[in-house]
Amino acid sequence: MKCDECGGENPVIHLTEVEDNETRTLHLCAECAEARGVHGTPVPENFLLAGVLAQIEGSGTKVNPGPGSEGSGSGRCDFCGLTIRGFKESGRLGCPHCWSTFEGQLRPLLHRVQGAVQHVGKVYLPPDPSASEREKRLEGLRRKLDRAVDLEDFERAAELRDQIRSIRKAAT
Amino acid sequence: MSDLPNRVTDAGLDWLDASGDHSDIVLSTRMRLARNLQGRAFGARSRVNDRTAVLRQVREALPSVQPLQGAEVQELRGLPRRGARLLLERRVISRELLGEVGASSKAADATTADWGASPEEGEEDSGRAVEGAAVVLAPASPLSIMLNEEDHLRIQVLVSGLDLREAWNRVDLLDEELGQHVPYAYHPEFGFLTSCPTNVGTGLRASVLLHLPGLVLTKEIGKVLQGLSQVGLTFRGLYGEGSEVVGNFFQLSNQTTLGKTEEDLVDHLDTVVRQVIQYEVKARHVLLRDAGAVTEDKVWRAYGLLRYARSLSFEELMNLLSGVRLGASLKLLSGLRVYPLNKIMMFTQPAHLDEAAGRVLSPAESDAHRAAYVRRILLDEGSVEESGPPSGSDSGTPSEDPAS
Ligand SMILES: [Zn+2]
Ligand SMILES: [Zn+2]
Repeated sequence: MKCDECGGENPVIHLTEVEDNETRTLHLCAECAEARGVHGTPVPENFLLAGVLAQIEGSGTKVNPGPGSEGSGSGRCDFCGLTIRGFKESGRLGCPHCWSTFEGQLRPLLHRVQGAVQHVGKVYLPPDPSASEREKRLEGLRRKLDRAVDLEDFERAAELRDQIRSIRKAAT
Repeated sequence: MSDLPNRVTDAGLDWLDASGDHSDIVLSTRMRLARNLQGRAFGARSRVNDRTAVLRQVREALPSVQPLQGAEVQELRGLPRRGARLLLERRVISRELLGEVGASSKAADATTADWGASPEEGEEDSGRAVEGAAVVLAPASPLSIMLNEEDHLRIQVLVSGLDLREAWNRVDLLDEELGQHVPYAYHPEFGFLTSCPTNVGTGLRASVLLHLPGLVLTKEIGKVLQGLSQVGLTFRGLYGEGSEVVGNFFQLSNQTTLGKTEEDLVDHLDTVVRQVIQYEVKARHVLLRDAGAVTEDKVWRAYGLLRYARSLSFEELMNLLSGVRLGASLKLLSGLRVYPLNKIMMFTQPAHLDEAAGRVLSPAESDAHRAAYVRRILLDEGSVEESGPPSGSDSGTPSEDPAS
């Protein structure tokens, strides 16, 4: 697929317009979409991400300085070797440790892309949990149980009660 | 030519039976959870030993995971290419898992796999997939897991109609059990860690595939879709092989994954989808009131073409099917059920036609086989009652609320 404006590769905006009973879709690359002032239209996640990534560290540079200069002045993940530049280029982290290594850069990014930084969903209990992890986990399950009861989903509620019971048992 | 394993030929078909709520308007509900394992690189930075470790850990866990009883890990490299093409058209695996798109160039993720779009031509096997790319398939289950795609695990479910809560319950239960046997990468602040920051937190992407011809024909669709982006949802038209939206099909999904509970994300999408359904139903009433005769004529013409055509491109089929689906929903095509229409949509995709023919068809042959399949299904399972008074001029309302 090519951008309908400039013919460039990989358009990221798919703008659906309706005219004379016909649905028409414009495929635009990020630059062309911006130039057209496409606002208030659906923004695919990666478009938003691309804009935010460019602002990391305020450098805004997209120029590849070539091999050898990697990692100069910026962090590198000890575990997988990903550099901040590598992240800016791909938009992808390389391993779980990257999240700690780059957390300073990731927080403002998450704030813009996700509108939040703190996870409030399921609490994961690793196979070998600590007491406080277990408490958090129970809290999350109780929340789910309340909801299942509200929805009169008794089958679900029974499953959740079993889960809560087995975590309590494992703790003793 | 089905020497393909049953778990491959049967995968991803559960939603076709149209047993779910609002299944005339909502084709399917899909949900996926992104998960990664502790201590292993993922995505483009993973090495063979990372990926094979993921396979091994999941393989060892499977017997203890109740929702996946009888499941097996199917490596893509061990699967004939036509099997991989089938799974792609079933929306069970993504192009990326097949090794055909780079992580940064894909539009969104597997949930938006284009309908009827063939993978790139070429090799006999799925040799372009990376070593360790695999999918977990369970017999007679709408659940599956992609392994070693962008994230180590993509737990997925695909069910009929609008059924977000049930879909969530199913992936949640599987996730709970699996997470007790394989250690997930989890961070108290960021939640479940993913390769892409747009998936972190819950890792949850819920989506529904909607048929919205009423909104398109009454030109209300633009307004509705724009409203969606303001309430944190994204939409995407369904594309065929070209770049046009085909058949008035749209996919809605949550845009963010962090800062809300899974239940809130699911409930929010559910609320909005129900609103969109109401708009669509209203638009269909307007259509019948203001242009009843024209609508009826278009619906019957679409049915007639599908019933008798000798050659159909996939795009033409999808557009005609949209009219017929509207006619079935409005009871203009009395007696026509949604199930055969869903089957047509699935089994006339290129790889499905090839599989049925037992060989790779040329484009012209494919169009002819497609038309033949449609004729056969409509003859066997899609007959309609042609009697009834001509409608349109004065009585414009459908005999029954299409959303009920
Ligand atoms: Zn462009
Ligand atoms: Zn890393």
